[in-house]
Amino acid sequence: MSDTPRAMRQSLSLRLGSAGFLALWCLLAAFPIFWIGVMSFKSPVDAFDANPLNVIFGPVTRDGGDGLSIIDIVLGLVYLFFAVKLAMGWLPKMVAQHSPGGQVWAGWIIGAMAYAISFVVGLFVILPLILNGLNAILGPLGNPLIGLTTIHYWSVWVDNAFYENFINSLIVTVGVVTVSLTVGTLAGYGLARSGSNLAFWILIIALIFRALPHSVLVAGYLPVFVNSAEILRPILGENAPTLYGQPLAVIAVLVSINQPFTIWMLRSFFQNIPNELDEAARVDGCTHFQAFRWVIMPVMWPGVITTGLFSFLLAYNDFLVTSLLLDQSNQTMVPAIAGYFNRETTTTDQVEAVAAAVSITAPLFLLVMIFQRQIVSGLTAGAVKG
Amino acid sequence: MKFKTFAAFVGPSVFLMLLFIAAPLVTVFVGAFQLTQPVVEMVEEETCTPGFITQTCTTTTVTRPVLDEFGEVVTTTEWVGWTNFTRVLDPEAAGAAIRAMDWGQLMQVDFYAALRFTLMFTLVTLPLVLGTGLAIALAVNNAARSIRGPVIFISLLPFIVTPVIGALSIRWLFIGDGILTSALEVWLDRDIAMFAQAWTIELMMLFYRVWHVAPFAFVIFYAGLQTVNQDTLESAIIDGASRWERLRYVIIPHLMPLIIFIALIHLMDTYRVFEEIVGFTSQAHVISLQWLTYDFLQPDDAGNRAFGRASASAMLTMVGIVFLLIPLLRRTWRDHKGGSH
Repeated sequence: MSDTPRAMRQSLSLRLGSAGFLALWCLLAAFPIFWIGVMSFKSPVDAFDANPLNVIFGPVTRDGGDGLSIIDIVLGLVYLFFAVKLAMGWLPKMVAQHSPGGQVWAGWIIGAMAYAISFVVGLFVILPLILNGLNAILGPLGNPLIGLTTIHYWSVWVDNAFYENFINSLIVTVGVVTVSLTVGTLAGYGLARSGSNLAFWILIIALIFRALPHSVLVAGYLPVFVNSAEILRPILGENAPTLYGQPLAVIAVLVSINQPFTIWMLRSFFQNIPNELDEAARVDGCTHFQAFRWVIMPVMWPGVITTGLFSFLLAYNDFLVTSLLLDQSNQTMVPAIAGYFNRETTTTDQVEAVAAAVSITAPLFLLVMIFQRQIVSGLTAGAVKG
Repeated sequence: MKFKTFAAFVGPSVFLMLLFIAAPLVTVFVGAFQLTQPVVEMVEEETCTPGFITQTCTTTTVTRPVLDEFGEVVTTTEWVGWTNFTRVLDPEAAGAAIRAMDWGQLMQVDFYAALRFTLMFTLVTLPLVLGTGLAIALAVNNAARSIRGPVIFISLLPFIVTPVIGALSIRWLFIGDGILTSALEVWLDRDIAMFAQAWTIELMMLFYRVWHVAPFAFVIFYAGLQTVNQDTLESAIIDGASRWERLRYVIIPHLMPLIIFIALIHLMDTYRVFEEIVGFTSQAHVISLQWLTYDFLQPDDAGNRAFGRASASAMLTMVGIVFLLIPLLRRTWRDHKGGSH
């Protein structure tokens, strides 16, 4: 700090105030999410206890025989430490070595999935087996200290078949991200490279569409979707589908709702790529489309990944569209959780809802961890250029 | 780029937007003036109960839906003019309430209650989000380089979390004797029920929304702060500007385009406030415009959806969006005419 001019130097109280404010904000930002994480592992009595210490240490859960001893905590932390270290150092190396050239992303998908599965197996199957043995041998050190139970996760995922909702979410999000990026990159490139009035008007109309409340659109779809079998019968004959309750229809709807945002964002990324690049390709005899595919796309991956992240978030977080357009049998995760907290019959239901909520949040948490830089660049991409 | 190539690139996207955004708008517009009802017929039914000597028979007229040959309810759709709008707006009750100067009575009509909350929510959160976002950005910019990464990570969490879940996570801190409610009870020494009246729920919703959106404002302001012209700042210092004056006359004017950008995005997004209502299950006390449409679209006990009223309330919601967008469109049009793109 010695090279800052004297007038820029800050008084102690200002620095303390700024640091204190920052600490307060971090506490506020993380606390609710951290807290539902803690609650989801406790028995209902502990989870909704008025005393925060009881929620953290969970005496009732502990008396129920579920808990972590000191050994558990130490070994668990060691396991997590090495897991993170492996993910940061070893995994990228393995992916780089074993994936075929140019297909690094496929290597990443396979590598990340294999890693995630072995991580879960290690944490929930192998580690408990070892620790059970250790706790029995060690006596007093092996007595549980913090109450912790995974029973709610078990009942949510296994007994209530939450995995079905997970699969539905997966179908919808993967569909939305792929289609929306395919359609969006084409349009974004076209809009970025054309200075015509038409391109301007398309962007403006897209901006207006961006502002429409989703319920307005769904009010337009729903009557058509519910009666689509009758409406389409003259065209498609007897096989005309009822679009209501079809994941494919929801994918199409979410892709379209997301298009305005996607093309604006991709356009701003494409504008950062110098025009000379495609001109050079065109001189070498490429058509527009070949230039786009072989020259521009390889340098566009950061923009595509960033936009894909935001498409993912839209599809994954959506409540309104999916809850209205899908029926009970193929509901995605977020609307399905409404079924838990609307029951409100017992506190057990409530804690199960908390566990489901944490399950939904966990992938997002990982996402921020891995893609923090992309998310920040995506947020600023649209704004800084106005 | 030739028009044909341009059309080939943009075509799929425009097609999707026309089919799934423009076409539904037309459906909504038409649907707002239509009413679809099951066809009912009046049937005389004779019910007899065994009695002594003779049966006791009563004849009643019941209404029941007409079924077609597949056993499905036959519906008719007719043009009803402004009926759907009248049923949503309820001008009679509203007029009576306004004449009687009775605010509470006006709030009995769902639409006005939703309108009041949506507008209040939009206008109150806007300065809070801008202020909090700017404050965090300044504080992070002031902090040591090594802690900026983790702080940005933590700050992104509220922004990235599923809105319904974010609202739920705050609700669970307060529900019943949740830890924060009991902490407040100890502090204020009185019994508190956070979910029993509208204003406490609204406070929690305001807190949730600021918590959720402030990171977005923060990230954008933080990026903007990196590009503040250091020379201007230095000359301001030489001219004897205090820290506050530098913020007021150098930094904020530099951030002005970003402030407008965030304000617009925030207005658009907050105007469609919806997830809070679901997360806090507040429909008994507080509703929003988008929730009103959603509620009409949900099947009622008989399995019917009020498409007509839903379309009418959707149209009314859109009127608000148009007002919101006019200044933005005028500005963009000026920029375009100025040839700055």
